[in-house]
Amino acid sequence: MKGLDHLPWYRRPGVTISLFLAPALFFFALYVLAPIPVSFYYSLFRWDGIGERVFIGFQNWRELTQDPIFWRALKNNVTLVVISILVQLPMGIALALLLTSRFRWRKLLKTIYVLPYLMSAVAIGMLWRYIYEPTFGLLNMFLEAIGRSNWILDWLGDPKVVLYSVINAINWQFIPFYMLLFMAALVGIPDELYEAAKIDGASAWKVFWTITLPLLWPTVTNAAILSLVGSLKYFDLIHVLSGGGPSHASELMATYMYKRSFQHFRMGYGSTVAVALFTIGFVLSMVFLRATRCREYEGGGKR
Amino acid sequence: MIQKSLKHLGLYIFAAAWFLISFYPFVFMVITSLKGRMEFLIKPVWAFPEQFLYTNYIRVIEGGFFRFFFNSVSVSVISVSIIILVSSLASYIISRVRFRLSSLVYGVFVAGMMIPIHITLIPVYNLTRALGIYDSLAALVGPYVAFSLPISVFVLVGFMRDIPLELEEAAVMDGASRMQIYTKVVMPLSKPALSTVAIYSFILLWNEFIYALVLLTSKHNWNLTMGLWNFHGQYSIDIPLIMATLTLAALPLILIYFFLQEQVIRGMTTGALKG
Repeated sequence: MKGLDHLPWYRRPGVTISLFLAPALFFFALYVLAPIPVSFYYSLFRWDGIGERVFIGFQNWRELTQDPIFWRALKNNVTLVVISILVQLPMGIALALLLTSRFRWRKLLKTIYVLPYLMSAVAIGMLWRYIYEPTFGLLNMFLEAIGRSNWILDWLGDPKVVLYSVINAINWQFIPFYMLLFMAALVGIPDELYEAAKIDGASAWKVFWTITLPLLWPTVTNAAILSLVGSLKYFDLIHVLSGGGPSHASELMATYMYKRSFQHFRMGYGSTVAVALFTIGFVLSMVFLRATRCREYEGGGKR
Repeated sequence: MIQKSLKHLGLYIFAAAWFLISFYPFVFMVITSLKGRMEFLIKPVWAFPEQFLYTNYIRVIEGGFFRFFFNSVSVSVISVSIIILVSSLASYIISRVRFRLSSLVYGVFVAGMMIPIHITLIPVYNLTRALGIYDSLAALVGPYVAFSLPISVFVLVGFMRDIPLELEEAAVMDGASRMQIYTKVVMPLSKPALSTVAIYSFILLWNEFIYALVLLTSKHNWNLTMGLWNFHGQYSIDIPLIMATLTLAALPLILIYFFLQEQVIRGMTTGALKG
């Protein structure tokens, strides 16, 4: 074993490793890791962002547990998670199947189908505002043209429908993403399996349930986790489309956090909402990961 | 036979319906942007413009569009360059050098994908004020780099792990230092992964909204998403004008997409392929 003493200090292994890692760790620690405990610390204060911080212990947290708007927002987040998983994933699978089949125009269709996912959420939000506009919006005009005037709604103004209108636009934005994800997975399924099934005379429906879906399952659980994490912290499109309104009907934890912190300048309480959002997201994804891992084990046992 | 053609018909209807759903809003956007304001209000919304009017585009450009456009370009390009440099340095060490904390460092970076931006907003807002860069484009670079790191490191480590060790050993025999191995061996071989990371981060940052909303206030500092958002507040009744703004804002990404479709698609799905 040769000693390292002959090397200049900057070429010793430990030093080189640290120097290579330092820039990335610097950015990551400063902007991602450190803010987590700092946010928790801020949640113990009353503070308008500029003036003095007043320590108030867990008062913000007590307020949070009794804040009906926060609970409303959490419930809306859960609705968003459930609808996202139940709509975006199956639609993604259906479109991926279409585009990996021998369908004639699949290249063109793929190009077009991806477009919504390329737009910024702000642009999508503005576009959909004019689709949902009650008097001259595209959707209501269309309903009138096909003689369904009785279906006309104030899509973004009615507290009972606004959440679903907004989620619909979110689905439009994200379905292409899941489509691409499932296309990548479908390409990996060997053709022999399909050929064997064909020889056995299995119907397309049966092939899907017995071959495609089981082989796709790891991707499905993966996509579901992505959807869960993404839906819990979702912000952009809601902020642009409805601003969380009317009367908090489409409020999410993230839009509520933004409002309290940067519109009402209650930074302490805003931090409390942020920490709650982080914790709920963390716990739910852990539970979900555990649950799906267990399922995989069972599946492995059966085989 | 009949059953088969019925099945085909179903497929065609499904394909065509989704084509309309994903494409028509874009058609609406472009058509409307070429209409006059009165024409839009009087005629049916799906009617084709009587004549192509470019006045909306001229007004958008006069409204400072290129300023926002240029701001977005510079922030995205600077951030992506730093991301490439910083994440490749770290990924090289994580993927190819054995050291005690290797898997911990990697795990921490990758776990960053799960952290919601909102928990960092207030601390980053304060940090930015304390650094004296609040309301400047420089304020965005730090958070942009930091939040692109997890996926970049994940993609690059995955790629660099598969580069054969022999190539590196040959360089060591020739007395190359770590830095030389990084610049002369690993970086050139990692080009495909680096371009994936660059495209992915560029799209993400080009469309980024929350940090811009929190860290920028003056009009001359706005990036494109902030420009759009405020245009919208200012001219919300002049829909053709808004649609012209949206068309111009979406154009760069759509052009990149049409020319580099495969790379863009790889870039967009890459962040999701974690185990």
